[in-house]
Amino acid sequence: MSEPATTPTQPPEGGSPKQKDSYEAVIGLEIHVQLATVTKMFCGCELSFGEPPNTRTCPVCLGLPGSLPVANAHAVHLGLVIGLALGCELAPRSVFHRKNYFYPDLPKGYQISQYDEPLCRGGALGEVRIRRVHLEEDAAKLIHVGSSGRIHGSDASIVDFNRGGTPLAEIVTEPDLRTPEQASEWLKLLRTTLRQLGVSDVNMEEGSLRCDANISLRPACSAELGTKTELKNVNSFRFIERGIRAEIARQERILHAGRQVVQETLHYDPASDRITSLRSKEEAHDYRYFPEPDLLPVAIDQHMLAAARQALSELPSERAARFQRQLALSLETAQLLSFRSELGDYFEAALAAGADPAPPAQALANWVTGELAPRLGGYGREHDDRGGGSAVADEPVDGGVGGDPVNSRVTPAALAALVGMTAAKQVSVGAARQVLDRLIAEGGDPRAIVEAEGLAAMDGGDELAAIVAAAIAANADAAQRVREGNAKAVGPIVGQVMRQTRGRADGTEVARLVNEQLGV
Amino acid sequence: MIGRDEVLHVARLARLALAEEEIEPMARELSAVLEHVERIGELDLDGVQPTSHVVASSSKVDVTRALRPDEPRPCLPREVALAQAPAVSDGGFLVPSPQA
Repeated sequence: MSEPATTPTQPPEGGSPKQKDSYEAVIGLEIHVQLATVTKMFCGCELSFGEPPNTRTCPVCLGLPGSLPVANAHAVHLGLVIGLALGCELAPRSVFHRKNYFYPDLPKGYQISQYDEPLCRGGALGEVRIRRVHLEEDAAKLIHVGSSGRIHGSDASIVDFNRGGTPLAEIVTEPDLRTPEQASEWLKLLRTTLRQLGVSDVNMEEGSLRCDANISLRPACSAELGTKTELKNVNSFRFIERGIRAEIARQERILHAGRQVVQETLHYDPASDRITSLRSKEEAHDYRYFPEPDLLPVAIDQHMLAAARQALSELPSERAARFQRQLALSLETAQLLSFRSELGDYFEAALAAGADPAPPAQALANWVTGELAPRLGGYGREHDDRGGGSAVADEPVDGGVGGDPVNSRVTPAALAALVGMTAAKQVSVGAARQVLDRLIAEGGDPRAIVEAEGLAAMDGGDELAAIVAAAIAANADAAQRVREGNAKAVGPIVGQVMRQTRGRADGTEVARLVNEQLGV
Repeated sequence: MIGRDEVLHVARLARLALAEEEIEPMARELSAVLEHVERIGELDLDGVQPTSHVVASSSKVDVTRALRPDEPRPCLPREVALAQAPAVSDGGFLVPSPQA
């Protein structure tokens, strides 16, 4: 929904560029979050989760004459929690306004929302600034019937007021995003943050998290904003990326043709990848906001502030910073463990398990994200010893709790013991992976598995030296090339040693012995 | 003064169909209402907060108590909720399609 302090719409200086210039996209998001209350925003009706139509209504949410709304204290509390988490300035006094428009999903003829005195202003999440967070009520649900003949000569809709009056927080960002991918990544961060705060189920498929995107283009290097369009209800991470990309392409075509972008509200159809106009400019809404006389201003007292502060748990971005600061984890590992909080919880439990020898934190984190999570069918990072690659791997649309290691047979203590033994070179990395496979299949104690299977690392003694010597003898060509300075030629020799030892030998130690025996 | 265009615009927002002969009297009446309200501008109101809520402006009322605990209250039985609807279908209020 639009609001007062809105984006400037002047065209870039000097008129529209005619030649094929390159443009930069400027993107801001408006996110509606259904708050996790028991009852509606302004009445005592319980929220509906798939109940039969119109079984969760009362005179207030039906908009019957003479009924009076009273704001839900818990919705205000959750709004404050969001505001605190996003670093907003909380208004000591905020006011509800009537946003007037006629539509069958709005029985009063207005939506109770907030206008120039919202609950929260300012703030930021990651690199994206927040403009405001305000409270409002959801509209009812319209079910389009189509030409059924039940109403003579015209199509009809059925109104279900179960959803009408559901409390929403609307979060509006500043136009700080530049690419569709960045918008989708940031939305994931916001969703994780809100889920961790416990303020909403943030389920896009069920509509408890909805996103509109404001998009404009400007010539690269320009500081002025172009004319924006509003892309409505792009309700999955995949579609938000594709929808924004399609709208950027549409605006580019218009600007390259020397024409002007028209400010309008658009709909993206994922099936056809097409953008269509929802309302023409002439029909732009004139909401005639005015203060809701039936509701008192919301005054936030010290007691409410204290309760909101207490409800704040550690946020993903704070947790990532703590992992980097206290445990010296790499940025990408810290982020992966924080943005998938179930991995972070498992990691911290393993770290606290008191394994002896103790696993180094970074190694343990690598095993959780790079070995355990991928084996559990989650969406962790593929194992990468060099620590490169992207920070956050692809996430499934619905959050991917399937890979939660807490539900696996591998206890945090078992993984900690295994990683500790690996770090102390009591087992090789290859053998440890075999042990992990066994732990996932059967559970148990890694040390017992190592002993039962004879997987303990070979020390660098005579036995290993003899196997190395045999491997060198069997790969005389390779050995010669290594002597001549081709270090990569060592592969076949090391490979034979690892096969012979069934992965028990430590790769570094094998390489050292090979080089030693070849005199390089 | 409220002009003809403004009357038509507001009527459209309110989904009111005005007959041609209603437009001019409506403009006159709305103008009279606004003129009356504008008389408040003659007062010196420097330092006076706008009064959007009569109760909240009273120092005797504790506005922090104006919230409701998040506790369920009984809902209306569906047949009661639908009783006054001009048309009903599939447990819902049947309305002309807003898209039509």
